[in-house]
Amino acid sequence: MSNVTPTHNYYLPEPAAYPIIGSVGLLLLLGGFAMWFNDAAVGPWSSAAGLVILTYMMVLWFGKVISESEGGLYTKRVDISYRWSMSWFIFSEVMFFAGFFGALFYARLYSVPELGTLDQKLLWPDFRPDWPTAGPHVGEPFSPMGAWGIPALNTLLLLTSGVTITIAHFGLLQNNRSKLILWLGLTVLLGITFLGFQAYEYSHAYAQGLKLTTGIYGSTFYMLTGFHGFHVTVGTIMLIVIWFRCVKGHFTPDHHFAFEGVAWYWHFVDVVWLFLFIFVYWL
Amino acid sequence: MSAVIDNHGHAHGGAHDDHGDHGHHPSGLMRWVTTTNHKDIGTMYLWFSFAMFLVGGVMAMVIRAELFQPGMQIVSPEFFNSMTTYHGLIMVFGAIMPAFVGFANWQIPLMIGAPDMAFPRMNNWSFWLLPPAAILLVSSFLVPGGGAGVGWTMYAPLTTQMGPGMDLTIFAVHLLGMSSIMGSINIITTILNLRAPGMTLMKMPLFVWTWLITAYLLVASMPVLAGAVTMTLTDRHFGTSFFNAAGGGDPVLYQHIFWFFGHPEVYIIAIPAFGVISQVIPAFSRKPLFGYASMVYATSSIAILSFMVWAHHMYVVGMPVAGQLYFMYATMLIAVPTGVKVFNWVATMWKGSLSFETPMLFALGFLFLFTLGGFTGLVLSLTSVDVQLQDTYYVVAHFHYVMVAGALFSAFAGVYFWFPKWTGKMYDETLGKIHFWLSLIFFNITFFVQHFLGLAGMPRRIPDYNLQFVEFNQISSIGAFGFGLSQLLFLYIIIKAIKSGEKAPQLPWDGADTLEWTHLPTPAPYHTFENPPFVK
Ligand code: HEM
Ligand SMILES: [Cu+2]
Repeated sequence: MSNVTPTHNYYLPEPAAYPIIGSVGLLLLLGGFAMWFNDAAVGPWSSAAGLVILTYMMVLWFGKVISESEGGLYTKRVDISYRWSMSWFIFSEVMFFAGFFGALFYARLYSVPELGTLDQKLLWPDFRPDWPTAGPHVGEPFSPMGAWGIPALNTLLLLTSGVTITIAHFGLLQNNRSKLILWLGLTVLLGITFLGFQAYEYSHAYAQGLKLTTGIYGSTFYMLTGFHGFHVTVGTIMLIVIWFRCVKGHFTPDHHFAFEGVAWYWHFVDVVWLFLFIFVYWL
Repeated sequence: MSAVIDNHGHAHGGAHDDHGDHGHHPSGLMRWVTTTNHKDIGTMYLWFSFAMFLVGGVMAMVIRAELFQPGMQIVSPEFFNSMTTYHGLIMVFGAIMPAFVGFANWQIPLMIGAPDMAFPRMNNWSFWLLPPAAILLVSSFLVPGGGAGVGWTMYAPLTTQMGPGMDLTIFAVHLLGMSSIMGSINIITTILNLRAPGMTLMKMPLFVWTWLITAYLLVASMPVLAGAVTMTLTDRHFGTSFFNAAGGGDPVLYQHIFWFFGHPEVYIIAIPAFGVISQVIPAFSRKPLFGYASMVYATSSIAILSFMVWAHHMYVVGMPVAGQLYFMYATMLIAVPTGVKVFNWVATMWKGSLSFETPMLFALGFLFLFTLGGFTGLVLSLTSVDVQLQDTYYVVAHFHYVMVAGALFSAFAGVYFWFPKWTGKMYDETLGKIHFWLSLIFFNITFFVQHFLGLAGMPRRIPDYNLQFVEFNQISSIGAFGFGLSQLLFLYIIIKAIKSGEKAPQLPWDGADTLEWTHLPTPAPYHTFENPPFVK
């Protein structure tokens, strides 16, 4: 443009190869899964290669974003963009979980009771439609999950981690770096502990006969808690990344969206867990 | 207002390394692979969409060729089923949706005075997830068992029994979903955060509004589809029982989850089309859009309602009567805001100074035929009627009126309308008009008769039929081949215009008054609005 001098109040990045690297990685990963699940020998290799490429891409891309941010390229307006986009991303995650919760509620309110009605008696005369159930024709015995052992402890852990990350945030706002690093580190530890307990609980449940194949109860239990656990894992990795960034001296009291974005995400997995605790473990 | 009219910049297509302030730019293929420019990305979306339109179109031709006569002639029943499946999936996810995302990329920054999309690199990724998805989809034809013959709705328990092609399709849907979600987040952020000073929400061109609402629908519904196909995947390979009654699940559960996504999806396709029409009709009526605010509210209420009507696709699964009644009335309610929109478009033309160039012709084609499709939708919303018509050709006719004569025609209108702004060239008006009339006539030959077939009871997704359906099927197949061939004319028109089109005037449509026409040279330079305009 000729008669105006570009002021660039909004940072526009140069052409970049990260996306195409990521696309190749995803193609290998998902194509590999498809082959793997159908017992083609190259499947696992393709998936592994895809995962490596994808991870490599993410390290590069996020690294670039971090250096741009620290380089002062992100104005207030860019910051607002990140806020909007993170909020909508979390909303999309909420809808993803809503789909699986919908399946749980549907099974408990409709499909399982329906299987116990007179209509189905001819087919499955002995089926009693009580929750939890593995369904009329999946005969494996299993013991359901209780709410008050490890799950309750895990609830406490995650709720505490919500508090610790808030204290860390106050530390950041007060420019009290040691407070920030200490409490953020505690949050990471709480997240890792949660995951450890979850893994222990899974092995325990498996030993007691509760598997992914344990009818609709096993399906909803493992898919809901599994996706949640995956999100906690991602959240923990994000926490670790920003912990290192804090140690390196990144973030200022008025410019630290990465920290807040991770905190939002962490609160989100926290809230999902509360729903899990109530509807999967407790009621 | 700083009206910046100079032709220094390039449209897409040429080298552009004369933009000194933007450092090194790769050229050749790598330019397109790595680009962070919303115009480049919009162009790629549009070409990708057209390529998929041809692929899906060939599949449609296979379907219509087989249905030209009763009995089995050309393809096996399994292959026929995979044709209907991938025709639907490719047209919906590969052709129509990317076409409108292409428009969004080109137009939203231009129309709100933004320098680009909010996240240019993520924008690039949203596009470049599509080719891998297309590769996965198409490669399902190459694996044992071939393409999945399950219908674009991918109902369980068929899907839990298909071969490996199903898995490839599921993963393709995952990629398409990722692409849509990232694209939508980008669009929402751009609209909410990058508007030029003075461009309040209620001053935005309606096209921008419709995309804001569409992007919301996408972010809300795509993850649900991802969940549905993920459950299908685990039912297939990891022994879960979501859709398996023996384990306490229910195949109907799939339908609920799918249509919770699926009905908003049809509005994801329709609403940007409304947006294009809402730009084109005022421009060729030389009048502002009638009832702008009511358009915004009508579109928003369609978006909200569209999450509350999904089970009108499921009237025959054995719902309680109360459910049927609720979904019937809720569905009929959607016709009210839709009616508001149609009324407003007509009222915009009322006493306008009309002219009928190709974009306007397609917009009018849209207006008539989309409304007809809306009416057949209303017919289908009546539970007692739909019990008869479910899964017949009447439904096929209905959704082709809204999706082809609706969404596709409006995409054509948009391409002809903005082509001069994008390329600085004019298309051949006579050929454009011929393209319109051929499309209009062949479209109706193809699909109007399908109403009769459906009312007479011909089921959809079946490669063979009873003798009493022969005539209408032959008419429909002839129309379909005519329609398919007419679209090659479109390709010719576009290539001819790019290669040797006349230079476009600065304002080819004197009634067009949005920022891209009033504040930018034609063609729009590679970088626009690096300094935002001020909107009064
Ligand atoms: C007034 C507006 C509309 C109403 C009342 C309506 C109603 C319906 C109903 C009741 C059905 C189910 C028919 C059956 O399967 O038995 C249906 C199917 C369908 N509609 Fe609409 N519709 C409307 C607008 C639209 C629009 C705007 C689109 C897309 C642009 C659309 C796309 C579809 C599609 C794709 C199907 C078939 C899905 C399938 O089974 O494969 N509809 N519509
Ligand atoms: Cu619908």
